[in-house]
Amino acid sequence: MTTTALPASEPRPRGAVRAALEETLLPPVVALLIALVIGDLLILAFGQSPAAVYRLLLEGTWGNAYGLGQVLYKTTTLTFTGLAVAIGLRAGVFNIGAESQLAAGGCAAALVGLALPAGVPGLLAVPLCIAAAALGGGAVGAVPGVLKAKFGAHEVIVTIMLNFVVLALLNWFVASKLHVPETLHTPEIHTGAVPRLSDAAAAFHGSAANATLAVALLAAVAMGFYLFRTRRGYELRAVGLQPDAAEYGGVSAGGVWIRALMLSGAIAGVGGINYVLGYKHYYEEGFAGGAGFLGIAVALVGRNHPGGVVLAALLFATLSQGGLAIHALVPKQMVEVFQAVVILAVAVSVPEVRRVLLSARRVQA
Amino acid sequence: MSVIALLAQVLRIAVPYLFAAGGGVLAERSGIVSLGLEGFMLSGAFCAAVGDYYSGSAWVGLLCGILGGLLFGLLHAVATIRYRADQVVVGIAINLLVIGLTRFFLRLAFDSSSNSPRIAGFEGGGPLSGWLAGAGPMIPLGLLVIPAVAWLVYRTPFGLRLRAVGEHPAAADSLGVPVARVRYVAVALSGALAAMGGVYLALDQHQFTDQMTAGRGYIALAAIIFGRWNPLRAGVACLLFAGAETLQIQMQGTQAIPSQFVSMIPYLLTIVALAGVVGRANPPAALGKAE
Repeated sequence: MTTTALPASEPRPRGAVRAALEETLLPPVVALLIALVIGDLLILAFGQSPAAVYRLLLEGTWGNAYGLGQVLYKTTTLTFTGLAVAIGLRAGVFNIGAESQLAAGGCAAALVGLALPAGVPGLLAVPLCIAAAALGGGAVGAVPGVLKAKFGAHEVIVTIMLNFVVLALLNWFVASKLHVPETLHTPEIHTGAVPRLSDAAAAFHGSAANATLAVALLAAVAMGFYLFRTRRGYELRAVGLQPDAAEYGGVSAGGVWIRALMLSGAIAGVGGINYVLGYKHYYEEGFAGGAGFLGIAVALVGRNHPGGVVLAALLFATLSQGGLAIHALVPKQMVEVFQAVVILAVAVSVPEVRRVLLSARRVQA
Repeated sequence: MSVIALLAQVLRIAVPYLFAAGGGVLAERSGIVSLGLEGFMLSGAFCAAVGDYYSGSAWVGLLCGILGGLLFGLLHAVATIRYRADQVVVGIAINLLVIGLTRFFLRLAFDSSSNSPRIAGFEGGGPLSGWLAGAGPMIPLGLLVIPAVAWLVYRTPFGLRLRAVGEHPAAADSLGVPVARVRYVAVALSGALAAMGGVYLALDQHQFTDQMTAGRGYIALAAIIFGRWNPLRAGVACLLFAGAETLQIQMQGTQAIPSQFVSMIPYLLTIVALAGVVGRANPPAALGKAE
């Protein structure tokens, strides 16, 4: 295989910030443009006008309070799973297990909400439920972490396989011990419910948006602080960039992997409260509904930066909700195709943009 | 239930795994991670249903299914080899893409959100037609895939190059092996072979249903890893997993072991195998490396 040798000289420091920004922002932009073109083609294949479909999509999401509320609700879950995948990738580990960690976290939160008597005030019950969700998700995340650090088992395969194991375990547990007859869900929690957005602003009535959104934004801020302002975060990023060099600098790569995957699982797990504490007030089989896998897309488009993850979550949530809005003109499945194309296009354009920029800079220099 | 009927059931369950695992081994031995097997299978199932429906012939369906898998295999190859995109991400994206596309075209072609109309299967025949009715050539082909892949990998010049490319692409390159071309062929073939597993499902059930592969691509991946990237061992793992599934079906209603526990077996075994408890699992050295 012919690999073009990269020049040792780095781009001039003066333009370094601009170069880094270009390298970070261009791939998602390029990817969205590619996806838009393919989306247009699909819409035309269905005999509709792209402009009409996009207008309907915007009207159904940002154009009214209910739609916006649904977008914010979906943004909340996707922010958690996106942050979860992103913190793993920052440490150089790819967590594909957010789907089952999300479910495990939701189940743990529901268990605590069921175990506590109804009289316990929310101020005590909600933090307990959140802690349980973090523990549930974190425990699932610890497995690939330990197996990678101790035995060299690749976390991608372990997390994929663990998804099936954990979801089957949860299904068995709920179905055999805890379900309301004739349903796939647990009884309603006694305490720990968080307020809906519609409690504050009546216009959002009917939408599932709730106070968990604030927890998600806090988590993003906290993760940014952890990654870029603490020693542990520095170690984590160092291992992600170059584990051998980090080891040489006195950081245990294995320890960082375990910590990163536990944190990743915990963040995904807390995402479960959006549904369990904020929306339905029970745990239901399959409530994660692919949000864990979309988290990979969110982290990728958000370039593994907490701020980018929030924006990307907003984008993907808008698309998911928009699918329902455009269903009158084109099948809502078009949105799934669009999302997959975005993922594929970002994956392709990240290395490609880097190559193009590098060769452009070499010409300049 | 007779022993032969039981074995026939194991075989029926194993065939899609055998196709997908056979294809996946090729891609993985060339150094390209094979997370897209599920998508390849589903594309095969859908294209087979479309081809079969409009022509009325299962053979045309088989051909369309293979072409569909080949197409997505090539897409995977272009993204990971030409553009050096992250192989794990591309695999997952392909799976999501195929789910979305099949749903979209299910609406477009058959105006349904769940399934295609009934399609023709293969006519019976063959020595075990009583137990394996309607499978036509798919079961013999499924049984042939693994030995054929093993022969290709270990007994042909192409196989030697494939293994060299998967272990040490730079060394292979310096010896004049066209690394990219070998990988293109391997990944495209893996798409076509995995798709045949999906074709079998669609023809066997006489229709395409939404997400009908139901995680079988991941079980095939589990079999590859449990078989330590050796095609023959991967084939045995497929039969083993299919055996466990047959057992679960036979025990349904008996409550002895919850069905969820039996369904975990392939995944748990794979995790255990990866952790090195039963011998070291050594993946191809260049597996997943971008350059």
